Amino acid sequence: MISQFFVLSQRGDNIVFRDYRGEVQKGSAETFFRKVKFWKEDADGDAPPVFNVDGVNYFHVKVAGLLFVATTRINVSPSLVLELLHRTARVIKDYLGVLNEDSFRKNFVLVYELLDEVIDFGYVQTTSTEVLKSYVFNEPIVIESSQMPLGPASIFMQGTKRMPGTAITKSVVANEPGGRKRDEIFVDVIEKISLTFNSSGFILTSEIDGTIQMKSYLTGNPEIRLALNEDLSIGTSDYRGSGAVILDDCNFHESVHLDSFDIDRTLSLVPPDGEFPVMNYRITQAFKPPFRINALIEETGPLKAEVTIKVRAEFNSSINANTVLVRMPLPAFTARVNFELEPGAVGHTTDFKEANKKLEWGLKKVVGGSEHTLRAKLTFSQELHGNIMKEAGPLSMTFTIPMYNSSRLQVKYLQIAKKSKAHNPYRWVRYVTQANSYVARL
Amino acid sequence: MAPAPPQSNRSPSPSQPSGKSEVSDLKLQLRQLAGSRAPGTDDSKRDLYKKVISNMTIGIDVSSLFGEMVMCSATSDIVLKKMCYLYVGNYAKVNPDLALLTINFLQRDCKDQDPMIRGLALRSLCSLRVANLVEYLVGPLGSGLKDNNSYVRTVAVIGVLKLYHISASTCIDADFPETLKHLMLNDQDTQVVANCLSALQEIWTLESTTSEEAARERETLHSKPIVYYLLNRIKEFSEWAQCLVMELVAKYIPSDNSEIFDIMNLLEDRLQHANGAVVLATTKVFLHLTLSMADVHQQVYERIKAPLLTQVSSGSPEQSYAILSHLHLLVMRAPYIFSLDYKHFYCQYNEPSYVKKLKLEMLTAVANESNTYEIVTELCEYAANVDIPIARESIRAVGKIALQQYDVNAIVDRLLQFLEMEKDYVTSEALVLVKDLLRKYPQWSQDCIAVVGNISSNNVQEPKAKAALIWMLGEYSQDMHDAPYVLESLVENWDEEHSAEVRLHLLTAVMKCFFKRPPETQKALGAALAAGLADFHQDVHDRALFYYRLLQYNVSVAESVVNPPKQAVSVFADTQSSEVKDRIFDEFNSLSVVYQKPSYMFTDKEHRGTFEFADELGNLSISAESGDSVVPVQRVEANDKDLLLSTTEKDDVRDTGSNGSAYNAPSYNGSAPSAASQPLADLAFSSTSMTSQAPASGLAIDDLLGLDFSVGTVTTPSPPPLTLNPKAVLDPGTFQQKWRQLPISLSEEYSLSPLAIASLTAPNALLRHMQGHSIQCIASGGQSPNFKFFFFAQKAEETSIYLVECIINTSSAKSQIKIKADDQSSSRAFSTLFQSALSKFGLP
Repeated sequence: MISQFFVLSQRGDNIVFRDYRGEVQKGSAETFFRKVKFWKEDADGDAPPVFNVDGVNYFHVKVAGLLFVATTRINVSPSLVLELLHRTARVIKDYLGVLNEDSFRKNFVLVYELLDEVIDFGYVQTTSTEVLKSYVFNEPIVIESSQMPLGPASIFMQGTKRMPGTAITKSVVANEPGGRKRDEIFVDVIEKISLTFNSSGFILTSEIDGTIQMKSYLTGNPEIRLALNEDLSIGTSDYRGSGAVILDDCNFHESVHLDSFDIDRTLSLVPPDGEFPVMNYRITQAFKPPFRINALIEETGPLKAEVTIKVRAEFNSSINANTVLVRMPLPAFTARVNFELEPGAVGHTTDFKEANKKLEWGLKKVVGGSEHTLRAKLTFSQELHGNIMKEAGPLSMTFTIPMYNSSRLQVKYLQIAKKSKAHNPYRWVRYVTQANSYVARL
Repeated sequence: MAPAPPQSNRSPSPSQPSGKSEVSDLKLQLRQLAGSRAPGTDDSKRDLYKKVISNMTIGIDVSSLFGEMVMCSATSDIVLKKMCYLYVGNYAKVNPDLALLTINFLQRDCKDQDPMIRGLALRSLCSLRVANLVEYLVGPLGSGLKDNNSYVRTVAVIGVLKLYHISASTCIDADFPETLKHLMLNDQDTQVVANCLSALQEIWTLESTTSEEAARERETLHSKPIVYYLLNRIKEFSEWAQCLVMELVAKYIPSDNSEIFDIMNLLEDRLQHANGAVVLATTKVFLHLTLSMADVHQQVYERIKAPLLTQVSSGSPEQSYAILSHLHLLVMRAPYIFSLDYKHFYCQYNEPSYVKKLKLEMLTAVANESNTYEIVTELCEYAANVDIPIARESIRAVGKIALQQYDVNAIVDRLLQFLEMEKDYVTSEALVLVKDLLRKYPQWSQDCIAVVGNISSNNVQEPKAKAALIWMLGEYSQDMHDAPYVLESLVENWDEEHSAEVRLHLLTAVMKCFFKRPPETQKALGAALAAGLADFHQDVHDRALFYYRLLQYNVSVAESVVNPPKQAVSVFADTQSSEVKDRIFDEFNSLSVVYQKPSYMFTDKEHRGTFEFADELGNLSISAESGDSVVPVQRVEANDKDLLLSTTEKDDVRDTGSNGSAYNAPSYNGSAPSAASQPLADLAFSSTSMTSQAPASGLAIDDLLGLDFSVGTVTTPSPPPLTLNPKAVLDPGTFQQKWRQLPISLSEEYSLSPLAIASLTAPNALLRHMQGHSIQCIASGGQSPNFKFFFFAQKAEETSIYLVECIINTSSAKSQIKIKADDQSSSRAFSTLFQSALSKFGLP
């Protein structure tokens, strides 16, 4: 049970503020914002998502640059409240299409309307976009997203031209400009990779955290069937032959029926409106890493050293990785860095972040199978003691690879129960792989 | 949005000059529209209402528009109605007179044809929070609860709760709780059922402070028929309501094991839910139901591991933190179950530091013979981390692992490498660790001292590290060639040393060095004592005076005080008492787990939540803290987080704790329990310090000096006339319930005779023996060397029951006892009885 719910902008302005129970003092939003803002200076690092000030518990999550906050004096389940905050943000996004400060401000009456139905006197009533539709009457004022939409949807907008940009940012309730709703469904397989190479290039730890995300705009809520790899295994006790994709564990959205999952790995469900994860899974089985990284740092003189970084794309040449960024902390006394890119490099950026002594190397696009090298000459302001290898690194890398997934988990088919022969909704099944924590040690 | 205090129209808020003209502007426009029936009026009204609500959100007081807003509310436009309700709900409380105006149209709307309007109106009506309007609520609420539309009923149920908060008596008099109870068990709509459950829990919990009947009603919520009724419909409930139901089930006490397995089988698939809150609620049910079945309980740990790990990696950083905090608790309770999963607790570079801190603690806990090498290697990588606080934590983690391992060969090498890294913070942390390590493993002194000797004291600035270095200089002055000279130069700079802790250590170190190398140190000692006597800090002054008089009295006595033969420290003092840990575990799936403290430490009594037991523990912790604040010397030692206590000292602390406040409240910064429970001893010290002979003084300073006074063991009181009922009966359910409800009144550790250990090949032997002493066993388990028993006993000719948890470790020949009692005043007597019964075990 929560007492208040509010949304703050990055600057700390109230965008919406709902007091459900009148138990927490009015200045709570200010108290909260001050605490979060000064956390870094008072203590260390970011403010944790849950903290207590003068007997009031503050919960917050960051979504699209906004702070969603709940307060209570009661000893509640933290994961329930944090989950609720995220879910509320998702419901609002389903309605507004795009979630940002601007769309919030334009639609705050609609947001209040939603909040009144989602929570009553602090108790959750429903977070189903589907159910809420019958209680909510304000029409969303859809804003044109000039900037890139945030959230998982954004990764499909870069580089690939497969999708119209507005497809996934449209509201579940608003009609298309033509007054007609487009009948379509999106199924996204999103995988996040965490991987650590040790100094000799061996893989120390690796994990894939995957989600099958669905967003349905189908009219009439037909039942759909989603078939995954037949040889999919879950846990080690359920081994289905070599070469199979082995999930350590997975979980499902409550609308999913698993009646035939054990036999033929099909999920059946009636997708509710809005965006939701059909299935989350976790894999620690060895897989081929999409990138190999080599990094070397050598002292070349009393106040000089040279860094060499090699990145090799290990995936098929028909696939491109986007927005690749390599970061590497340099020794604390680094004063100057001269970069040397390979000849003919296009779309590369290099930077030395003086404040936190970090090297940054951006590659707009990396074609599968290609290899790129960066050399950087460092100049130090003081002589180094000790081992230079311990002063620099580790190297970290972020990237997005559309239409690629490391786990080989696949949606074999997506069947929609048809109402008539003419009825043929659009189906989009998309894959994407992202780096979560992709690290190479020196 | 903050409705400001009530103001008349003529005195607008001075702090909002810009809003003022806008508000009066809005007022004018609303008036014009109020009576208008022209087409398009609703659209203009919508725009105006939006402006009003927008002002309300940013904190401008628009309460002066109340009259006009109400006048405009006569409309069939539902969007307009909703905005008006929102406005009215916000300002009615501060405008009770004007609120009366709204009653009329709200009551009318409660009878509207459209169930949506009925529901909305009823919700707004109940949200007015105006005490003198409650008479208008009873009628609409009564019909709302009977409405044929489920939406209206869900609103009405919460409405009853709102009414209860405005006027409890009106709510009770109208017999609404009974109606809710009926609805809860009969309504088709699960959200109505869930709201009834929430409302009843709140109402009966609040009522139970004054009414026994309400307390009984609250208990019936945990009764078999209700729990089963809800469980059978669990899949119809929304995910949020499922959490609510499972919280209730976790409090249910099944009558036998088959019931437990039925419930677990029914809820098994909830562990595969994508919502982390559902998974945690299920986990809590599983953990609490199996508490009395050790082996099944362990299987539960194995079962929930994978789902929780998936939740950690699939959710947002915030959700994953909440789950990880719970995983952290489980890892701390049963590290061996997670020892193969250590790689999951490796830190990722982009994780926030609050997550990294948890993970470092988990890595420390799961380290064992087979994984220590990998874990320490990983931790050493973090030591060079750019995130300095985390780098420090990592080094400390390496040290903790070294202190809990048997084979520390490789770890010592790593620590010594840290000292050579030449980063200030790394050196500091490593010095503190090397000091602790030497106290536990004196055999490493040769290797360590060689490296420590190379560190210049000028390069060490942090007080803790400096104190550690000085301690080593004093302790190992015979092996460190230039120790007297380093100490001498430190003494010369006495005035520049700001930390009292460092100066205290310096005094002691110079003393120690003096007894080992007198000619070289004499000068430094004289200077140190002189500086100490002139020191403005009371403790430094007192210690210098104490040493001075001690030397004056008898040099060889002084030597035996300062440099006694030492035993290696064997036990690492835990930062949290096991009572506190158990309490946090009882409050699984709540904030207690995230904050790592029981709820009484961070909630007001009135907000403890629906299910918590009222108790007075909070007061005890306060008294312990105030005790702390009057003894300044204690503060210095309390700061030493890595306080190591020898076994004898630890027993001592425990006894002081149980004699005094019976509850060791950990202090907020997580320092050792001695900080909270030692004030008694320290008060004794400060009153007797000047006489310098009382053994009590040793107790307080021995830690700083590294002394090992054997303080006389606590005398056992003569057995009081307590007799037990030889035929006491208690069913497991009642036992479990009592065990949860009662606070621990005594917690002790006894030693067992070798004969007893020899006889304890299986739990049964002890059971029969204790039965002979009228102490019955209700549950037992474990394998050599660890056995766990739950006993109970009843006072002869009385109903008062004693409950005992007894953990016996046969390899250390120790038993740890926790006693809970209905009649706490006699628990000491019972403990004596129990101990004597236990001590006779194994005797022919």
